Amino acid sequence: MKMFRTVIRFATTSLCVLLISGLPNIAVVASESFPTAKVNTTGLAVTDTEVTVGQLHSATGTMAISETGSIQAEQLAIEQINAMGGVLGRKIKIIVEDGASDWPTFAEKAKKLLVNDKVAAVMGCWTSASRKAVLPVFEKENGMLYYPTFYEGLEQSKNVIYTGQEATQQIIAGLDWIAKEKKAKTFYLIGSDYIWPRTSNKIARKHIENVLKGTVVGEEYYALGHTQFGSLINKIKLKKPDVIYAIVVGGSNVSFYKQLKAAGITSDKQTLLTISVTEDEVLGIGGENLVGFYSAMKYFQSLDNENNKKFVAAFKAKYGAKSVIGDVTQAAYLGPWLWKMAVEKAGSFDIDKVAAASPGIEFKDAPEGYVKLHPNHHLWSKLRIGQWSADGQAKVLYESGLIEPDPFPKGYQ
Amino acid sequence: MMLAYTTAELTSIFTMQGFAGLSLFSVLLLMALGLAIIFGQMGVINMAHGEFMAAGAYTVYLCSTLTAKFAPAFQPYYFLFAILAAFFVSGSLGLLVEWGLIRFLYKRPLDTLLATWGLSLIMQQTFRSTFGAREVTPTLPDWLMGSFKPTETIDIPINGVFVMGLTLFITAAVMFFTFKTRAGLRMRATVQNRMMSGAVGINTKVVDRVTFAIGCGIAGVAGAAFTTIGSTGPDSGSRYIVDTFLVVVFGGAASLLGTVASAFGIAQTQSISEFFLQGTMGKVATLLAIVIILMIRPQGLFASKVRRA
Repeated sequence: MKMFRTVIRFATTSLCVLLISGLPNIAVVASESFPTAKVNTTGLAVTDTEVTVGQLHSATGTMAISETGSIQAEQLAIEQINAMGGVLGRKIKIIVEDGASDWPTFAEKAKKLLVNDKVAAVMGCWTSASRKAVLPVFEKENGMLYYPTFYEGLEQSKNVIYTGQEATQQIIAGLDWIAKEKKAKTFYLIGSDYIWPRTSNKIARKHIENVLKGTVVGEEYYALGHTQFGSLINKIKLKKPDVIYAIVVGGSNVSFYKQLKAAGITSDKQTLLTISVTEDEVLGIGGENLVGFYSAMKYFQSLDNENNKKFVAAFKAKYGAKSVIGDVTQAAYLGPWLWKMAVEKAGSFDIDKVAAASPGIEFKDAPEGYVKLHPNHHLWSKLRIGQWSADGQAKVLYESGLIEPDPFPKGYQ
Repeated sequence: MMLAYTTAELTSIFTMQGFAGLSLFSVLLLMALGLAIIFGQMGVINMAHGEFMAAGAYTVYLCSTLTAKFAPAFQPYYFLFAILAAFFVSGSLGLLVEWGLIRFLYKRPLDTLLATWGLSLIMQQTFRSTFGAREVTPTLPDWLMGSFKPTETIDIPINGVFVMGLTLFITAAVMFFTFKTRAGLRMRATVQNRMMSGAVGINTKVVDRVTFAIGCGIAGVAGAAFTTIGSTGPDSGSRYIVDTFLVVVFGGAASLLGTVASAFGIAQTQSISEFFLQGTMGKVATLLAIVIILMIRPQGLFASKVRRA
């Protein structure tokens, strides 16, 4: 009986394959210059008129708060690419999967997208945990992931393009600026208790002690979701650091800044630099609780350049005038464009060729200004310091030059 | 580390540290009061308790948005009414849930665990679909923010004082209700012996429904008060539920006084160990202490005296 079923399944599959491979003969459309047989030699979901990509974020669960912006930005980019005629003459079709803030689900859905749907690329993941969960799947099935979030570094894969900043790009230039601008010598490092804040603070500490010759007067971590920072605030008051360096995330963020303000720690008395607050987080925290504090990011919604004005206008036209754009949302927007350029440079949808063509790609229309893909699959990008005001927008005070991505920084591990 | 500071500085730090502990105490107690009634008195393992808090918090958010839109002049006072509204919204939700779900499950306590957990998922998704996945914060009146400065170096956060006052009031009200009113007497009677209470003419069904609704209403008030401390998201409830059960179980499930003592003990241990150790380690130390004490006294700090067969 089992044997019989297998035979049936085999027959059906071969029939499907026959039908699909027969399609190009029936449908004769634009793509004469790029025949499907040539641009797709590994059996991806590419037809004469269409190419399928996957989108894998959390639309439900804890992380939905953060990932919604990325989902929107990627869909906007794909819509714009389609309006321009698509990629190699083919319109992009999106298959959306929900990772549901659960890491095994991410791995399972990644496998579904790569094995069943044969997508040509996946825009997705947000937390490092979800990326670590899907990484073996992408490497085994040879897929292509565009990952938008700034993260702790210490990773590099042929099958991933990292469109956010790795830790050194976000941390070092920011610390240099605050040390010079505020003559800061003592730092208090605070973080939520998981891999990104811990790795980032480790880099920060090395840089403060070895390069800036300053002192770290305190370093501590609180569980995700912690809401009572009274004891911490008293310790800060006792140690009077020149700078509070904060990497608190999620719901804790809101309590942390509200309680700092209630305890009288405001920007006129205390310098605070964070790498975990973007326009998205400010929505929850409330601009009035952050006035005068600094964020180190590569992108702020208020960036004054032509690319960004167009991007912000298009985003608001599609998602409403009240929507805000944070650093990661912008980085997510880059993904589809970088993929399109790599495919066109390679003249092929094949994963290996796209990966090989990716280094050196320049995206001059990026809202953040200009980015270039490094052979290590991360982006060259600038670092900006923004100072928050009550309306939830940041005033950009400083902009570095292009910083080379260095996911395995020597002397910082 | 303490030697480099003046006595005045140390005094003010210890004052503020004492306040931080008391503030944590009132937060934990406020969280636990509603559950102390529902789980402690009625024996219903309500996994959706956190979601009733979130419902209260969202009520405040809704009131804040409506006030800003229709009656901006009313803004400084709306919060007090919002707390009242939160009590009634969560309370009536509780009434509905008791009528539709809980009343069929009084004899199957383990099934209530599963049913209320399912309920919590449904409520979370409802919040997400209604208010969006992003966390929200109501605009708080100015008098609630900022700090009270008795001396130059001491800052006492006003929202902390407010939560403390509210907790005192609710605790007193619950104590009064349970021990000094006829309704409270009927509730205690029903909890102790349902059959007998029915036999002497108490309508136990109504008592159950009202008790459950009051517990949920208090959860709503707690949720409303927490908007002054943190933000509200669809899954805020699940953030609170662990601490809430911890306080109630540690205090001894059936004792209100136990809940108060347990909240005080947990809060002080945590805030002191957070000060001398580090963030996460403080929490570890607290949980370790609780585990050890529960191993020695499985019934919790204050067990009610019952004769066991």
